[in-house]
Amino acid sequence: MSSDDGSSKKVSRKPRYSRFTQQELPACKPILTPALVIGILMCLGIIFIPIGLLALSASENVVEVVDRYDDVCIPSTDQKVGFIKDPATNKTCIRSFTIPKKMRKPVYVYYQLDNFYQNHRRYVKSRSDRQLWNPKAESSTTPCDPEGQTSDGKPIVPCGLIAWSLFNDTYMLSKNDAALQINKKDIAWRSDRTHKFGSNIYPKNFQNGTLIGGAKLDESIPLSQQEDLMVWMRTSALPTFRKLYGKIETDLEANEKITVTIQNNYNTYSFNGRKKLVISTATWIGGKNDFIGKMYMAVGGTSIVLGVIFSLLYVFKPRPLGDPSYLSWNKSPTLD
Amino acid sequence: MKLEDNTTRHDNPRLIHINDPKKTCDNSHFSGNEIRTSKYTLLNFLPKNLFIQFHRVAYLYFLAIAALNQLPPLAVFGRTVSLFPLLFVLTVTAVKDGYEDWRRHRSDRNENNREALVLQSDGFHPKRWKMIQAGEVLKISSDETIPCDMVLLATSDPSGIAYIQTMNLDGESNLKTRYARQETNKLFLEGTMISGIITCEQPNRNIYEFMANMELNGNFLPLSQSNIILRGCQLKNTEWAVGVVVYAGQDTKAMLNSAMSPSKRSRLETYMNRETFWLSVFLLIMCLVVGLGMGLWLNRHKFQLDTLPYYRKVYFQKGKDGKKYKYYGIPMETFFSFLSSIIVFQIMIPISLYITMELVRLGQSYFMIGDQHMYDSLSNSRFQCRSLNINEDLGQIRYILSDKTGTLTENKMEFKKASIWGKSYGDSKAGSREIDATVEECMGSGRKWKLKSEITPDTELIKLLYKDLHGEERIAAYDFFLTLAACNTVIPILTGIPSSISGSLLSDGQTSIDYQGESPDEQALVAAASAYGYTLFERTSGHIVIDANGEKLRLDVLGLHEFDSVRKRMSVVIRFPNGSVKVLVKGADTSMFSILKKDLPCDDRMRHVTQVHLNDYSSEGLRTLVVASRDLSGELLAEWQQMYEDACTSLTDRVVKLRQAAALIECNLTLLGATAIEDRLQEGVPEAIESLRQAGIKVWVLTGDKQETAISIGLSCRLLTADMHQIIINGNSEHECRKLLCDAKAKYHVNYITGEEDRPTFGPLALIIDGNSLVYILEKDLEYELFNLTTLCKVVLCCRVAPLQKAGIVDMIKSRTDDLTLAIGDGANDVSMIQMADVGVGICGQEGRQAVMASDFAMGQFRFLKRLLLVHGHWNYQRLGYLILYNFYRNAVFVLMLFWYILCTAFSTTSALTDWSSVFYSVIYTSVPTVVVGILDKDLSHKTLLKYPKLYAAGHRQESYNMTLFWITMVDTLWQSLVLFYVPLFTYRESTIDIWSMGSLWTIAVVILVNVHLAMDIQRWVFVTHAAIWGSIVVTYGCMVVLDSIPVFPNYGTIYHLVKSPVYWISILLIMVIGLLPRFIFKVCRQIFWPSDIQIAREAEILRKRRPFFGSNADQDSS
Repeated sequence: MSSDDGSSKKVSRKPRYSRFTQQELPACKPILTPALVIGILMCLGIIFIPIGLLALSASENVVEVVDRYDDVCIPSTDQKVGFIKDPATNKTCIRSFTIPKKMRKPVYVYYQLDNFYQNHRRYVKSRSDRQLWNPKAESSTTPCDPEGQTSDGKPIVPCGLIAWSLFNDTYMLSKNDAALQINKKDIAWRSDRTHKFGSNIYPKNFQNGTLIGGAKLDESIPLSQQEDLMVWMRTSALPTFRKLYGKIETDLEANEKITVTIQNNYNTYSFNGRKKLVISTATWIGGKNDFIGKMYMAVGGTSIVLGVIFSLLYVFKPRPLGDPSYLSWNKSPTLD
Repeated sequence: MKLEDNTTRHDNPRLIHINDPKKTCDNSHFSGNEIRTSKYTLLNFLPKNLFIQFHRVAYLYFLAIAALNQLPPLAVFGRTVSLFPLLFVLTVTAVKDGYEDWRRHRSDRNENNREALVLQSDGFHPKRWKMIQAGEVLKISSDETIPCDMVLLATSDPSGIAYIQTMNLDGESNLKTRYARQETNKLFLEGTMISGIITCEQPNRNIYEFMANMELNGNFLPLSQSNIILRGCQLKNTEWAVGVVVYAGQDTKAMLNSAMSPSKRSRLETYMNRETFWLSVFLLIMCLVVGLGMGLWLNRHKFQLDTLPYYRKVYFQKGKDGKKYKYYGIPMETFFSFLSSIIVFQIMIPISLYITMELVRLGQSYFMIGDQHMYDSLSNSRFQCRSLNINEDLGQIRYILSDKTGTLTENKMEFKKASIWGKSYGDSKAGSREIDATVEECMGSGRKWKLKSEITPDTELIKLLYKDLHGEERIAAYDFFLTLAACNTVIPILTGIPSSISGSLLSDGQTSIDYQGESPDEQALVAAASAYGYTLFERTSGHIVIDANGEKLRLDVLGLHEFDSVRKRMSVVIRFPNGSVKVLVKGADTSMFSILKKDLPCDDRMRHVTQVHLNDYSSEGLRTLVVASRDLSGELLAEWQQMYEDACTSLTDRVVKLRQAAALIECNLTLLGATAIEDRLQEGVPEAIESLRQAGIKVWVLTGDKQETAISIGLSCRLLTADMHQIIINGNSEHECRKLLCDAKAKYHVNYITGEEDRPTFGPLALIIDGNSLVYILEKDLEYELFNLTTLCKVVLCCRVAPLQKAGIVDMIKSRTDDLTLAIGDGANDVSMIQMADVGVGICGQEGRQAVMASDFAMGQFRFLKRLLLVHGHWNYQRLGYLILYNFYRNAVFVLMLFWYILCTAFSTTSALTDWSSVFYSVIYTSVPTVVVGILDKDLSHKTLLKYPKLYAAGHRQESYNMTLFWITMVDTLWQSLVLFYVPLFTYRESTIDIWSMGSLWTIAVVILVNVHLAMDIQRWVFVTHAAIWGSIVVTYGCMVVLDSIPVFPNYGTIYHLVKSPVYWISILLIMVIGLLPRFIFKVCRQIFWPSDIQIAREAEILRKRRPFFGSNADQDSS
């Protein structure tokens, strides 16, 4: 305080002028003129409707076959859980369906689970990513409990409930009695294969307990090649989800009959989960999904309608912009 | 606040042994002179800073959430992540505090290492300031700063005078006199060691009072304010001064006064807290839904829990009594779910908003301070923001309560008229040459004294003064001017001559003389006396010397009763060279007329005539004082002397005792006359008041002046206009006041019950009320009726009000209405009002800095108030109102999005977003644009705002922030959150989408959405705004790329995978458009059908620039 006041006598304290400090910087001040409003709405319509049409047509081009098998691949209605848990029973199940339209390669084979909360917090957190990537961090299994260590204290690799509950139904496809090759290579993300799952990490003590949650892993194959595990470990966002099982590298013609031999191993019966097999082609929009297309059409259409309404409004009930007679004190001068 | 009441009692006085620091400090622990304005040291910085920071509720909330998250069953976020927000704000604040403290340390070090001369065994030696102790004797040279509070012992002046400048203490640049006691001064000059004991008060903050006595060789000498020099002051015009340290370091009055004024909370913030309550209700509902949902879900799956992969309640192999895994039963799980949803939804309560608001206000203050239009070149002062909490209140002010003197007027006094012995002077219209001639003729050619200010003397009065000293009138005139010259505390500063004033001086040519005093009125009076030939040119504590028409008159001052607000007068007792003693009194007319002599009929006549003159003067807007005198002799004099001495040496109740002594002699006075001083209006005041009135602000003037003066000033500053009906309330009793109020109400048909009016037949009303009536009205149950009346009036003028009454009026308005009040003033008498009002504005004026110290904002001129309110107030209010709503929206839309997702995860409080993104959302991804917009956005240019003051009413109508807007925002938020959640949900329904891709999409979608939402509402795009908005989106992408490139995160590689998919991009576009389309349509419809004033003014402003011809008709209509 003292030094400031001392010098103030000689030096003028007048604030220095700059357009910034005086808040006079050149600025763009948009206002919603009628032309701008109508322009924006029309532009939206013009952009959105074509995109919507494109998306719809892309979705139309997708051919998708869905087959629910959990309810039919089980013998009796009472003993579902007992049946599925018993390792001795024969769980082979044969399903068949016809291809409605020509499916161009690659044709993707998915399995779909319903009512399976892969996004449950307890489930999502039950994994150790350090362990999957770094051989030295094998024993960092804290987040994985209760599936972190074997009962004698050895670390499980890969640990956690996610890996433990690995999906273990298998599908064998055949077309007109000839086996269809399902390519299970490159079904996981490249980043997972190359970095996230270590090429020098091998499964250890996996599914060794008495309680088996799902598939077992071949202990001689490094994690970086266990693509089913990688796909499964990318836990789904929603309780109904599909996961890629494999790809068929040949075209499927219309009306061809496909037979699937399913090993119905995976227990979804204890929580009323459904299982489906999905065979589908893909376009730029992904699988079959009309939502995007329809929404784009709807939004585009609404915009154009609104644009027209506003145009009419401006024609029939114009308010001159910046007209002072609309100011509140000019409308009711007695208020003063 | 109330200086006069501060008669502190002293049970344990402080004892200072002169020149014996050991003995002084041994008995009691007086602090040394080392000062520390810094709060921290290196060692205690961390704990102390944390301790202080955690006093804020916001930080406690963060801490509680972070602590909750550390509980194992609740660990929603990772441990480090959950601490991040808390650590972030703590670090930012700590760095800021640390930097400020480092600067304080540096300035402290500089201060402490300065050197001063200290008396040691063999004379004065330099010593560092921090080593100085109480009891030591210091020598200060001219222009040096005083290191601690000292009692003067001696000065280079033989009479013991020292001049100090108290600029650093109270901002007054004029010189003040301080005296060394003659006794010690003499001893010191003789070379004797002074030893004695000073008994003084404990350290206190009052810089205007000091009470002590000094025991010197068995005698008790009284010491007062005029004997002490305070730390921070500078010695001026005095070669050297010697004093003994009484208060050092932290005990000095300067240090004790360096505390800030109490902080206020803005109205908008109060409303905001009300809405925050609603947000807490939403938060609670959401958490309850999650908790209950969890309970119901568990109950439904009760028998499957053991086998569910994500529950694994019991290990199978151990049979029925298997090991439980983190499962505590349905009620506990429900409760934990409730708690963890609080953690996930924590930002629903926008705690960071408080920090954002602080930053925004800081930025706004930067621009207010930097505004060139609020720089006052006369006092070289910028606008000051002393409080950073209430910027936005400036946009909603409904009542302005203004002081008059120094606020509306310049407080530069000019002597205009005088009434002497029943005759008024100063009206003569004679040409200046004639006056000069007369003056020359009377005074002789050589005028010895050259004054800074020129006064044109009245010829007739000059003639009277040059008559021989005969006749009552002539003697009265003589006494009159003697009083003007003697009865004051003004110090004459002679320039161009050595400080020792010799008798030979009078034979010299002209000498320039400058009067320095605390009161501008006194300066004007002394200058006037000099113009009429009575020049005060020397003043010491014991005597004054006056050059009365060439005759050097030395008057001994026996006693001086300073002006106080109770007596409202000042008196001085002087002894003439011939031995006669007189008391000379000047004071306000109300306090003077009651103590005048009433024996003779001619006294009555005189009083009557003077009263008429006084009324004339004050109706011209002049400030008046009444001058009177009385001869003292014999017993009365002796009695008074006895009492006066007693009072002066007394440590307790000195003020009261002095008042009693004064009362003894201030009676039966002979009326000499009255003075009239003009106080000119400040520049631009009428225009400013006119604009403020148009803006719908009620301007009340509270002044200590008389009714007539107040009315005439009111007229000259266009507060009152000729067509106004004036209601005057000036009762002397409760009954009378009640009657006046009732009459006024009856006359103007005020409805008793509602206070509504049904009279458009009358013109605008003005209420003029005086302090006396206010006493009766404010203390009795009449307050309500007064308030009803004031609401009818366009103008309220309160005259003759005491400082506390000013605060009382503010309090009345505050308690009767919800409207915001602003008090503006410049003097110590306005401090209580400034502190009481919602916004206090200080004028850096002539009357010191107390008002400024107590104020929230300070500026150089009244007219800046117009710009401050209409421009900056408007901007600040608009900005902050929007900022709050936007922040509510920004946080709520995010939380609601998380909430919808949690409903799809079996109520397990999973967040699809990565922990880091959840935390960064409000801290990094979206924080900068809100701050930038809060500081830089601007709806209208200052030119428009000043041109149409009525635009200010937007603040009165609470247009930027109100309950309706809040609920509209919340509905919009709900819609946008649903769009945010459901568009991706339907897009990726039955697909292979994984949780991190979905989270990544939601993160970027919500960030883009809230930024585009903000962009839609921005009214002024400058490059900083562009950088902040688009930069935030870029930074978000940057962060996500970084987060997705770390292999130990489960979300590794997500963004690289996503950006290749066209669906990702078109779904973001879809979210934006569907989310914002309703808002856009709403906005357009509002602009078409219900355009706000601001909207229209803005269109006019922008379109006028684009099409210059457009504005012409706009100008005519709305001015």
